[in-house]
Amino acid sequence: PHAGPVDSKNEAAMSELVPEPRQKPVVPMKPMGINTSLLGYIGIDTIIEQMRKKTMKTGFDFNIMVVGQSGLGKSTLVNTLFKSQVSRKSSGWNREEKIPKTVEIKAIGHVIEEGGVKMKLTVIDTPGFGDQINNENCWEPIEKYINEQYEKFLKEEVNIARKKRIPDTRVHCCLYFISPTGHSLRPLDLEFMKHLSKVVNIIPVIAKADTMTLEEKTEFKQRVRKELEVNGIEFYPQKEFDEDLEDKTENDKIRQESMPFAVVGSDKEYQVNGKRVLGRKTPWGIIEVENLNHCEFALLRDFVIRTHLQDLKEVTHNIHYETYRAKRLNDNGGLPPMTAETEENHESNL
Amino acid sequence: QQPAQFTNPETPGYVGFANLPNQVHRKSVKKGFEFTLMVVGESGLGKSTLINSLFLTDLYPERIIPGAADKIERTVQIEASTVEIEERGVKLRLTVVDTPGYGDAINCRDCFKTIISYIDEQFERYLHDESGLNRRHIIDNRVHCCFYFISPFGHGLKPLDVEFMKAIHNKVNIVPVIAKADTLSLKERERLKKRILDEIEEHGIKIYHLPDAESDEDEDFKEQTRLLKASIPFCVVGSNQLIEAKGKKVRGRLYPWGVVEVENPEHNDFLKLRTMLITHMQDLQEVTQDLHYENFRSERLKRGNRKIEDEEVNKDQILLEKEAEVR
Repeated sequence: PHAGPVDSKNEAAMSELVPEPRQKPVVPMKPMGINTSLLGYIGIDTIIEQMRKKTMKTGFDFNIMVVGQSGLGKSTLVNTLFKSQVSRKSSGWNREEKIPKTVEIKAIGHVIEEGGVKMKLTVIDTPGFGDQINNENCWEPIEKYINEQYEKFLKEEVNIARKKRIPDTRVHCCLYFISPTGHSLRPLDLEFMKHLSKVVNIIPVIAKADTMTLEEKTEFKQRVRKELEVNGIEFYPQKEFDEDLEDKTENDKIRQESMPFAVVGSDKEYQVNGKRVLGRKTPWGIIEVENLNHCEFALLRDFVIRTHLQDLKEVTHNIHYETYRAKRLNDNGGLPPMTAETEENHESNL
Repeated sequence: QQPAQFTNPETPGYVGFANLPNQVHRKSVKKGFEFTLMVVGESGLGKSTLINSLFLTDLYPERIIPGAADKIERTVQIEASTVEIEERGVKLRLTVVDTPGYGDAINCRDCFKTIISYIDEQFERYLHDESGLNRRHIIDNRVHCCFYFISPFGHGLKPLDVEFMKAIHNKVNIVPVIAKADTLSLKERERLKKRILDEIEEHGIKIYHLPDAESDEDEDFKEQTRLLKASIPFCVVGSNQLIEAKGKKVRGRLYPWGVVEVENPEHNDFLKLRTMLITHMQDLQEVTQDLHYENFRSERLKRGNRKIEDEEVNKDQILLEKEAEVR
């Protein structure tokens, strides 16, 4: 079939480069557009359907980490997000739990299903973070855990006999809970996000937002956004990873207006205007979790689950993981790290 | 208040000192009251708003709230503001001692040194004045009461709360307060209060205890005292904004889902806290004088002129003295 009108720009560019021998480009140049409807139906669009069916059958992994001081509603929020008791503190948990003396990492996995799609969800809780008198370096165990998951994945990747589907325990998303003081971020918040925004996707949320009036909320959000900007903290979605103009426009709006999401969580239902809604009951009214006039929970849910879930995984894999991998390779002199298998082979070869 | 009617001074057996309370009352009114209230708690727990609400004033007109990066370098400060409040001819000279920076740092180990030093300094100064020659105009800057703010967002006391309260419970009357209580449902409040009381007992923390009503007080007062005692720690909401609710203007906070009224006892314990503070102001001063100050004074006089600044030197000195004794 005849390729569309010749792209004169490309021709001109190529003639400029002709004098010098040019290496074959690693990334293929943008292909010329082919308008198939003029000529007949090929069926390329069915590939999308095939991919969708495949995803449904295999299901997918999603690992979400929650970080913040004790009592900010982390477990309740995660349960609300996935409308199931998936957090460490599921139904019947002991509220008399003591604050641990050091930061602990606790991962709980669940398989949840919706519309034929299976998701293996892992919620990683970090009890003890920010709760001590001395919280210096309390982010280190968290950074260590995240890097350990990258290491695990890397070792699987370099194996000679690789698993068909490498189990993915890498943290795709880290929800950081900001205390709704109404003033500003705390020094610990800054330190944590500065260190961890370079290794994982951080989504800051303002917890227990029912403690602020609309005005206080708007002011606080503005102040937090400014503080994050001034301190060079890139939270997800990071500006540098916007793929095209469409992404940039959509993400700009989220970055500059919606985030950080001011949320309220609840696992209790109440009757409001004839409907059952998730909410919190107070003597002066019922706070509806999914009502956008009350709080931004629905925005967070849509953002993390309904629109950006796949992107969170992709940025983790293509950017954060690759950064880790490159560093590891560099440290190892350009060679992949030894796994148990390669070590065996190495020895037997000797 | 009308002075009690005297019975006829000519009645045999009548001396007339029954009028003494009225004389004291009149003198107090003329002199006015002094009260120093210290306020301690992390940033953003609603301390300033609550103080302004309690005393219907604005103690912090030109306040600048520092950002997180500024807080990293800051240490705990002591800021005292004094305001004179007059109501029906009675004057109150109220000093509010703020402690900005408390609980903000990543490492809060040295958080309380500044605060404890301040409390001790006031005791020291009073002791000095009391022992001086001119005792007519001693100014009492001792801290009579410390509102300690506990976060409503946690599950109970934090390690810092426990350590701080244990460090000052022998120096000042502690009244634990939970502000921003509108973030909690009624059930959550009860649970939090109980948890905090349990933890206070578990760690042996001594908070201020309201004295039981005297047997000769009327039933209403007795009932009120019982109610107050049962509500500690108080869960309060502060605000000086007037909101329209149910046809009248009330002080409160306006949310999309309703209005929280500061002075509504069904919404929070604000009125209870205010009542407790006002009706027990004198008792708070007395306990400070009779218990905390006396403790300080006897410790101080026993110590003599040795200062506790350098504990290492002290230990060596004590060891040397003990050795000398043994020899």
